[in-house]
Amino acid sequence: MEMNQYLEMFIEESKEHLQSCSDNLLELEKNPEDIAIVNEIFRSAHTLKGMSATMGYEDLADLTHKMENVLDAIRNHKISVNSEILDVVFESVDHLEAMIMDVANGGDGKRDVKVTVEKLKAIESGQPIEAIQAKEEVAITVTEATTLPKLQYDDYEKTVLQQSSEQEINAFEIAVSLREDCLLKAARVFMVFDILEKSGDVIKSVPSVDQLEEEKFDQQFQVALLTKESAEEIQKKIMKVSEVDSVTVTKLSQELFAASANEITHDESTNVGVADTPVVIENNPKPESSNQTKTPSNSSKTNQHTTSKTIRVSIERLDILMNLFEELVIDRGRLQSISTEVNHGELNETVERMSRTMGDLQNIVLTMRMVPVDTVFNRFPKMVRSLSRDLHKKINLEIIGAETELDRTVIDEIGDPLVHLIRNSLDHGIESPEVRRAKGKPEEGTVVLRAYHSGNYVFIEIEDDGAGINKEKVLQKAISRGIVTKESANSLTDKQINELILASGFSTAEVISDISGRGVGLDVVKTTIESLGGSISIESTQDVGSIFSIQLPLTLSIISVMLVEIEQEIYAIPLSSIIETSIIKKSDILNAHNQKVIDFRGKVVPLVYLEEVFEVPRENAIDDEYQSVVIVRKGEKLAGLVVDSFIGQQEIVLKSLGNYLTNIFAISGATILGNGKVALIVDCNALMK
Amino acid sequence: MTSLVDQEYIKVIIFKLADKEYAIPVSDVQGIEKLMHITRVPKAEKYVKGVINLRGVVTPIIDLRERFDLPASGYVDSTRIIIVTLDSMEVGFVVDSANDVIDIPLSAIEHQPDVVGSIEVDFISGVAKIENRLLILLQLDKVLNLER
Repeated sequence: MEMNQYLEMFIEESKEHLQSCSDNLLELEKNPEDIAIVNEIFRSAHTLKGMSATMGYEDLADLTHKMENVLDAIRNHKISVNSEILDVVFESVDHLEAMIMDVANGGDGKRDVKVTVEKLKAIESGQPIEAIQAKEEVAITVTEATTLPKLQYDDYEKTVLQQSSEQEINAFEIAVSLREDCLLKAARVFMVFDILEKSGDVIKSVPSVDQLEEEKFDQQFQVALLTKESAEEIQKKIMKVSEVDSVTVTKLSQELFAASANEITHDESTNVGVADTPVVIENNPKPESSNQTKTPSNSSKTNQHTTSKTIRVSIERLDILMNLFEELVIDRGRLQSISTEVNHGELNETVERMSRTMGDLQNIVLTMRMVPVDTVFNRFPKMVRSLSRDLHKKINLEIIGAETELDRTVIDEIGDPLVHLIRNSLDHGIESPEVRRAKGKPEEGTVVLRAYHSGNYVFIEIEDDGAGINKEKVLQKAISRGIVTKESANSLTDKQINELILASGFSTAEVISDISGRGVGLDVVKTTIESLGGSISIESTQDVGSIFSIQLPLTLSIISVMLVEIEQEIYAIPLSSIIETSIIKKSDILNAHNQKVIDFRGKVVPLVYLEEVFEVPRENAIDDEYQSVVIVRKGEKLAGLVVDSFIGQQEIVLKSLGNYLTNIFAISGATILGNGKVALIVDCNALMK
Repeated sequence: MTSLVDQEYIKVIIFKLADKEYAIPVSDVQGIEKLMHITRVPKAEKYVKGVINLRGVVTPIIDLRERFDLPASGYVDSTRIIIVTLDSMEVGFVVDSANDVIDIPLSAIEHQPDVVGSIEVDFISGVAKIENRLLILLQLDKVLNLER
């Protein structure tokens, strides 16, 4: 079968399942006794296993299978969760991620995972992980009890059982075994469940219903049933199903589930010692996770699947939709002008209604490209967990505003800079526990990752309560690297000094660590963010902490511009580079080295005549006493663009000039105006060297 | 049998430029548009007249007369823009007129551009004589100057 067409889907879905695995693993670390979470992880792993086996990635399927075994043992209470076990599971997820990435990059998804597999096997068979290297191959079957284990109940189920016994409803544990030659096990299971559900409520089954449906059991299964009927009745009814070998109905007494309750509390007590692992708090406004102190009983209720229905649409199709929509916008403009000319009552009304609908439609079309930043943020909790272990630091990551939406194109680019900044915060920002204690701070450092909308921008902030930036050190370094001169250093503000660490060729790390010192400084971060039309600023107080604040445009496809006119041609200047517009007297223009300049608020600003730069053909020269100037900036540099007149500010849809016209000087793209004509967008950065 | 026809004929669009007839395979043509407002692109090649809004896609326009160093004639009613696609690039050609689609038998195509004996030899992949018409087959990648 041709698999290529499914490959992309496979990769995307695998990534999603792995993400869900890591999210839930982190959650599990906080609530080690919550079996509902384990089930969630198990489900993801199981799907992943099935998918990779279908696609022929045996290594992937195999490792997932081993991981699944461990998870299965956890949820059947054969082993209890602790941080060592989670480490190994995380390690497996890391391997799986690497394999998927390999597949995505055209590889065969193979990877040496022997050590991890050994560890997983050891956990499954209940051995200490440390002993792995020395251990010999031990038959796994040891743990697979030949007789069915007693059913275990979580808090929620116990509460239900308790309540039912108070209401004089019988609770039974029913063990059903099918005949060995049973052909359609799933069908028999279905028939048994059908009978049980007519008689009462099934509250638990081992193996789980999913597994039973997939025939993942030998001959036997157990269910817990709440019913008003008697044990004999139930037994008789089930025995009527053909191919059933035997049915044992045991009444579940108070003492029985009290006993299983004891086992669970025992499990819990072993888990208390896990508290020294870094705790990752995700602060979502979603109700189920905002409640940090939730009890396992209510989590098993709320953790049910709340996935919204979505479909995947390629960005290309959205672009086509956008283009078509713009056509409509242009036609609407024409219709509007026609209707004002004709001044026909019904026509006016229709055009008005159409305009309103178009407004709503525009909102939808534009927001379709928006993706919550969570798609980037979700990889950080795991990263922080493993980094803080590597660095022997205690770090608590808080994520705020993960639902904030950003354009897909921005989202794709912003991940790497954020990784860089977070690594930087963990490595250089947060001090080691000893140092923190000495400074009178809590041992556990806090890193806050925050996203929010403000105006036409999205802000992403990385705040830490670490050491802050040592300004003296930064200045010395900057001077020694020749980034600033000694004289100018004195006039720098604190903020400017902080931002020196973003300059190219700057790295404050004394020792190159493999966390952030990869020979790449933060200047890469700055460049990437600026290429997205954003900016970054740093605030820092020594020994208190730092805030890296990134400002990004909501979307790259729609920008605010100032439309200007030169002769008959209309150009668009991005508002993001404009400081202000002004009308100057010709007599105020000065000459300096063949360069016309003006005095703008005490600063000498060179003038750029767009007419000359763009070689605009002029029919008759204009001789006006006043000239319209747009003051633009690139970093600290200013320039005045001389134009004929200003048209006004407008939101435009950014279009590229296509593959044929590349590298047109000082033109960064084009847009389509309301009258259907194309206007070019001026690249101010190219005009200033 | 369509495959036989495919082998023997090539469907082309015929357009006129300074009284000569040129042909482009239909498969490369996206459409023929009437002249519309062209926005000049500063500092582009001289024969690039600018860009148009082709149903929401900004499309560059090349004046074929200028590209072939033919004398400019000014745009008239019959002036058309032929939109062609090459290597996922959409470009429009300004031509004097375009109004014919014909099948050229492959056997009628000769690789003898010298016969034409004009400046634009470089851009020609062949000529075809159909009845009394001499059709010049264009080599689009050369016209677009892609082999730079």
